[in-house]
Amino acid sequence: MDLSYSEKHEAFRKDLRTFLDEKLPKRLSDKVRLGQRLTKEDMEEWHAILQTRNWLAGHWPEEYGGSGWDAVERHIFEEETTRANAPRILPFGIMMLGPVLMKFGNDEQKAHWLPRILNGTDWWCQGYSEPGAGSDLAALKTTAERDGDHYVVNGQKTWTTLAQYADHIFCLVRTGKDGKKQEGISFLLIDMDDPGIEVRPIYLIDGGAEVNEVWFKDVRVPVENLVGEENQGWTIAKYLLTHERTNIAGVGFATQALENLKRIAGLEHQAGKPLIEDPLFAAEIARLEIQLMAMATTNLRVVSAAAEGNAPGAESSMLKVKGTVIRQELNDLTRRACGPYAMPFVSEALEAGSNVEPVGPDYAAPVSGKYFNNRKLSIYGGSNEVQKQIIAKMKLGA
Amino acid sequence: MDFTLTEERQMLQDGLRRMLADKVDPKAVARGDTAWSMETWEALAEMGVIGALFTEEDGGFGGAGFDLMVVFEEMGRAGAPEPLMETLIAGGLIAELGSDAQKAHLDEVIGGAVQLAFAHSEPGARFDLERVATEARQDGDGWVLTGRKSVVANGGEADYIVVSARVSGNTGDRDGLALFLVPKGTDGMDLRDYPLTGGGRGAEIAMEDMRLPADALLGEAGHAFPAIERANARAVAAQTAEALGLMERIKDLTADYLQQRTQFDKPLIKFQALAFRMADVLIEIEQARSAVINLCGHLDADRETRELHVSATKQLVGETAKLVVEESIQMHGGIGITQEYDLAHFARRLTMVEHRFGDALFHLGRFSRLRMA
Repeated sequence: MDLSYSEKHEAFRKDLRTFLDEKLPKRLSDKVRLGQRLTKEDMEEWHAILQTRNWLAGHWPEEYGGSGWDAVERHIFEEETTRANAPRILPFGIMMLGPVLMKFGNDEQKAHWLPRILNGTDWWCQGYSEPGAGSDLAALKTTAERDGDHYVVNGQKTWTTLAQYADHIFCLVRTGKDGKKQEGISFLLIDMDDPGIEVRPIYLIDGGAEVNEVWFKDVRVPVENLVGEENQGWTIAKYLLTHERTNIAGVGFATQALENLKRIAGLEHQAGKPLIEDPLFAAEIARLEIQLMAMATTNLRVVSAAAEGNAPGAESSMLKVKGTVIRQELNDLTRRACGPYAMPFVSEALEAGSNVEPVGPDYAAPVSGKYFNNRKLSIYGGSNEVQKQIIAKMKLGA
Repeated sequence: MDFTLTEERQMLQDGLRRMLADKVDPKAVARGDTAWSMETWEALAEMGVIGALFTEEDGGFGGAGFDLMVVFEEMGRAGAPEPLMETLIAGGLIAELGSDAQKAHLDEVIGGAVQLAFAHSEPGARFDLERVATEARQDGDGWVLTGRKSVVANGGEADYIVVSARVSGNTGDRDGLALFLVPKGTDGMDLRDYPLTGGGRGAEIAMEDMRLPADALLGEAGHAFPAIERANARAVAAQTAEALGLMERIKDLTADYLQQRTQFDKPLIKFQALAFRMADVLIEIEQARSAVINLCGHLDADRETRELHVSATKQLVGETAKLVVEESIQMHGGIGITQEYDLAHFARRLTMVEHRFGDALFHLGRFSRLRMA
């Protein structure tokens, strides 16, 4: 048992810190720190900066333009970038589609799509959920019917994050109607510029519109855009869900949120003293910090096992549940820390460069929106109920 | 012992529920289209809902704790953002402390023609009622006020604002507070108003040498704290009743959804994991109802008993609000956090209950201190 990092990993952390000091634009880290909304250009700018060191997709093999990071290096990257208030990397191309293409794609698909993900040519979004297929994803109804060299796609996807910026979408579609519902699903790459696609924004509880409905009407997709075999999309979907889950513990985000909470609780006052000196409030912070300390190590245990080549199973579901609940509790307490100033709803103050001043201290402006928005953490990526079902199945034979 | 409503209160409840269901559109409030509607306000006045907050002596026909409970529970059930709370607090202070000339405004208040606000909380005061730094000094016959007030609900739309200020002592002292009745647009008052999460509007108020005539003083200078605390207790009763109405509405929405939404070929309610969680929500809402009854039944008790119930009820309702909001959203899934679905508005409004008059942690601490005192 040894809790220290290897020399190689410490050197990587040092290199990364220097890079973040020098290369992360203050304009971007200020936005992240103040909870302001990032534009498409902001995200593309940060991706390009990272790719100068092949760190945008650091965990990809070097042959595909990554740095071949092991699980510990990925963890260090997440920890340091969140500590520095760097924008998060958009997961759709890097974390989701890339690994799927490497495992299931043919040589032409890899050669064509992977470099375009890294150099920013393509912006991907994910077409999974449908109005009738949430936790029960395999109930999806969007169809793709073969017509010569094309599939003709009809149906509707929902909760499509940042589809308004995307030029491509990877979709689970129904190609077969026989057998179990999992057996007729295929994985298809679709150009968002194709005729017949319509994107409609869904406004969320915090006033933002980061998710969308995507409608398909007789959209013609070339057959070469099928990834893997026809009707074997469910295997890909399951593989991808595991990948989506590896980062979802969000230790870095939680650490950052804890620091922000402590800072705010040090600035807010109750009975003439800093709120952080109130024994009850301090105990609530302590309770979360204790949970986070343990979760960080649970995360490292899973990370270490993964670095040795063990595929995470029920453990990644455990991390998802624990990680999301801790982050949500931190968001809750941060909102509480702001007291009455969590009430003003001045959406414009969250747009960088807007000349609308926030009401009260600047740190209070995003806290309520963030609390409400992050209720999604326990809903998306396989809801926490689905994760518990997985844990019970894998560990208990339920 | 009788937990049923009187016939009058039952009629008030039925009528108010029908009227608000007809007039309040939670989606419009959620989108921020309207802060609140004058049409609804006039309907409230016409039904006698504003009058139900005042005693007969003050021109109303109610004013008891259970009148507040009936009215505000229905406001909550509808998610109505109309500023009835501000009328209750500021109007109550005018009724308790006002001169005959000042009390003459109450007729117009009860008739719906005059809007009120209470400017008390200050930046840095958080939930401490006695932390008032705004200064009032006597100048000739009149008064001069300087200071800042924060998140003043309805401040921008009120015709009269009841403003608290300190005439002696230090920030944090209970002695030395005074109240003033300030008409809208008084020179020396600068006001920025903005929408509030969950509906309604708030304002930041800055006063710089704001001159008031002698007759602006409400009650006796230096001794306003007991009245402020009493008004706060009535506000907490009203607010927790409103929270209860919000919980009932959210519970109905969630129960309907669990029965209608099918996943894995059966309605969600057939999944025991969800059914049990919903059962927990039902249990806790009944607890919250009892807590609200406790407070409403003790509003006229001695100070010690009343304040103990203020903190007990606010603590329990605050904790329950979090449970109801978070469980209802989670059991809905993604739809629960979209603006186009009614839950978003109710969830925001219920959550904001924790940001006024003290949250669950504040009142947990206060309750234990009151108990040990």
